[in-house]
Amino acid sequence: MKYFTTFITLLLVYLLLAGFQVNEVILGSVLSVILTVILTKYVDYKIDILFPIRFLKFLFIYIPVFIYKLVLANLDVARRVLSFKIPLNPGIVKVKTDIKGDLGKLTLANSITLTPGTLSIDVEDDVIYVHAIDVKGKNKKEHSKNIAGTFEKILGGIFK
Amino acid sequence: MMDIIVFSLMGLGVVFSVIRMFIGPNLCDRVVSLDTLNMIVIGIIVVLAVVFKSELYLDIAIVYSILAFLETIVFVRYLEGKKDGNS
Amino acid sequence: MEIVSYIFLIIGGLFFLLGGLGVLRMPDTFNRIQAGTKATTLGVFSTLIGVAFANPDWIAKVIVIIVFVAISNPIGSSAIAKAIYNSKNVPGNLVIDELKERGEDNDNDVV
Repeated sequence: MKYFTTFITLLLVYLLLAGFQVNEVILGSVLSVILTVILTKYVDYKIDILFPIRFLKFLFIYIPVFIYKLVLANLDVARRVLSFKIPLNPGIVKVKTDIKGDLGKLTLANSITLTPGTLSIDVEDDVIYVHAIDVKGKNKKEHSKNIAGTFEKILGGIFK
Repeated sequence: MMDIIVFSLMGLGVVFSVIRMFIGPNLCDRVVSLDTLNMIVIGIIVVLAVVFKSELYLDIAIVYSILAFLETIVFVRYLEGKKDGNS
Repeated sequence: MEIVSYIFLIIGGLFFLLGGLGVLRMPDTFNRIQAGTKATTLGVFSTLIGVAFANPDWIAKVIVIIVFVAISNPIGSSAIAKAIYNSKNVPGNLVIDELKERGEDNDNDVV
């Protein structure tokens, strides 16, 4: 199963780059088989029967929220940059997450980097250190909820 | 006419980040402005594909984005290794 | 179709300009990383969508570039931030710094 999904991913990337023609499909298949044999011991992800549902959930719930937050982040940056005296209250806070698995944590950290006013610095076991441009809230629980609440709820349903 | 507006906006972005690269107080600021400059250059190459109506520029943009990511990672390794020798 | 394409290209150019201005105007290094990364990521997205409207045949390569930039740009800026923190060049205006005490008290105060 792992061989098959790696092969499909490599072939899809090759065909998106090269175009859909018969000789390109043959050459891409040969190259993908060679690369699959080499690369399979470095990839580790599990795939199960619920994968299409999770992929659709990723595509239709996560992506619109992500685009909305990205536009909001840019308007925030524009407000800060164009104002005469830049309002700042920076700090580094600790965010605890429940998501297991490297791919889920990567997606969460990337989402935190592209949302308004935050930048993820380092990921340890289940803790993400985040530089926030404007620290709101009193204690550490409120920090976690302010920064990662929305995305953690969405991504928790997709990546276990 | 519209091309001139788009290219002048991107050119101002390039000018600002190059100014930061010259006056940056230390090496970290220069690496940050280099990262921003690479992304703006990817945008300029992509707009050139529209202006010249040639698909080859998109291939150049793909290769340039891969090289920009590797360049950032190499500078990061250099910055981290300068402190304590190994790692 | 061409009008929509140029609207997206001009929006992308505005965000690139905003990224350059943010890198120039922000007062310390972490805030420069934030402004540069966010503005240029949305600038690349908007420019590529404009290109896809101009020539709908190129949409496969446009999708490949969008996915690659969306994955690699935040990873790059996060790696720069980690290197800056580890190289003791931290700006002195942080009001709270919880990364400093890691490894000491990770048992009771994180809920």
